[in-house]
Amino acid sequence: MLDIFEKYAVLGAFWMTIKLTFFSAIGALVLGTVLAVMRVSPVAVLSRLGAFYVNTVRNTPLTLLVFFSLAGPYYILQISLTDRQSPTAIVDNNIRWAIVALVVYHAAFVCEALRSGVNTVPVGQAEAARSIGLTFTQSLREVILPQAFRGSIAPLGSVLIALTKNTTVASVIGVAEASLLMSEIFENETASVSVFLVFALGFVVLTLPVGILFTSMSRRLAVKR
Amino acid sequence: MDDVKTDTAATSDRTPATPRDPMVVIEGVNKHFGDLHVLRDINLTVGKGEVVVVLGPSGSGKSTLCRAINRLETIEAGTITVDGKTLPEEGKPLAQLRADVGMVFQSFNLFAHKTIRDNVTLGPIKVRKKSKADADKQATDLLKRVGVEAQAEKYPAQLSGGQQQRVAIARSLAMGPKVMLFDEPTSALDPEMVNEVLDVMVGLAKEGMTMIVVTHEMGFARKAADRVVFMADGQIVEVGTPQEFFTHPKSERAKDFLGKILTH
Repeated sequence: MLDIFEKYAVLGAFWMTIKLTFFSAIGALVLGTVLAVMRVSPVAVLSRLGAFYVNTVRNTPLTLLVFFSLAGPYYILQISLTDRQSPTAIVDNNIRWAIVALVVYHAAFVCEALRSGVNTVPVGQAEAARSIGLTFTQSLREVILPQAFRGSIAPLGSVLIALTKNTTVASVIGVAEASLLMSEIFENETASVSVFLVFALGFVVLTLPVGILFTSMSRRLAVKR
Repeated sequence: MDDVKTDTAATSDRTPATPRDPMVVIEGVNKHFGDLHVLRDINLTVGKGEVVVVLGPSGSGKSTLCRAINRLETIEAGTITVDGKTLPEEGKPLAQLRADVGMVFQSFNLFAHKTIRDNVTLGPIKVRKKSKADADKQATDLLKRVGVEAQAEKYPAQLSGGQQQRVAIARSLAMGPKVMLFDEPTSALDPEMVNEVLDVMVGLAKEGMTMIVVTHEMGFARKAADRVVFMADGQIVEVGTPQEFFTHPKSERAKDFLGKILTH
């Protein structure tokens, strides 16, 4: 049983899972914040655009997005995210497009988590911010978003956990993360329960601390009213 | 002040003999909330340094009027000018005008994630572009003035309602406002905390701050107001000095209102 650790780079595969999660999470947080600001903005065009993005992306299966990210921009439009001369060009390109797809998809969920956080901020906070002369952007940056982030830590944690597990979808375009290695081992060796358990446990080890961390953070950073 | 006594029109000792320059001018203002006509042809001029108390039963539109003056409520018709400038529709000019108009809310609305000190320094630093050191020094002075300097490093939720409202007043004063609006500042307070807030407001009035105060505190109106404005059903029904209004109300609505609140 333990020989799979010797024959296969199990930890390396999980390292790829962590890398996918890390970069996608940062990208999704940034894009999701932009989307959330668009959705709460008083400019009708922006808020409708934000809503359109969220409704479209949230209702598209991630597998399609990941596959499309490679098939559309890369194969058809020839947009490469790597230097084509590099020896690892193909592998790197797949990884990067997978991250793009993960960012695009999870940004919609980050946006909704943040928007639920915005709803925890009483309207009086915005009125007070405006009445001391802060502009719309300043009110958002100084008063609304800091409180909205604190109010959305718990739902953001759920998004991060989902994201960690959703990185397995990157295997459809051949990114060598944990779940791809698992199916490889199943094919080469045997589809044993113990191999499955090793990988399942690997994901629990990644996501359980995230859940605990976010729960404790949401309690500690909660805005007392 | 001897010459004031020769002026027979002066009925209150706080009413000056000379007309004041206008600070807030409200002309022909109308507003609906759906079918409800909350503001009907409101005309009111508040002079520099004048303290105007707005009274009236709930739903009379007095809070809406107060909030319209810094455009937290939009109006459908009419104009409102502050210190000669018409209220801008939106954007940066509106933000600049709001910086000159202090607002104190019924529910305090202190920034919940910031310390008391940071609540007071936020506006001066971000809007007035003061240095952190200057803003801190000013905040210390203002917090001392309203008597909460010991709480400067705490968060709003750790303070009593009366303390929070005094901080809210300090936060407005930090912007150096030309006029201060008070929207029922003591209505959410426990009774024993009302006076500590009113004392600060009376102090402000004595120093010559232009104030528009929506309140149910008749004592404050008697003590600090230059004029009382009585509103009912979205209209200004009666305007007069506190003495006139409380002793000889002219309109039936005002008599009815005073009868209901002054009998016990």
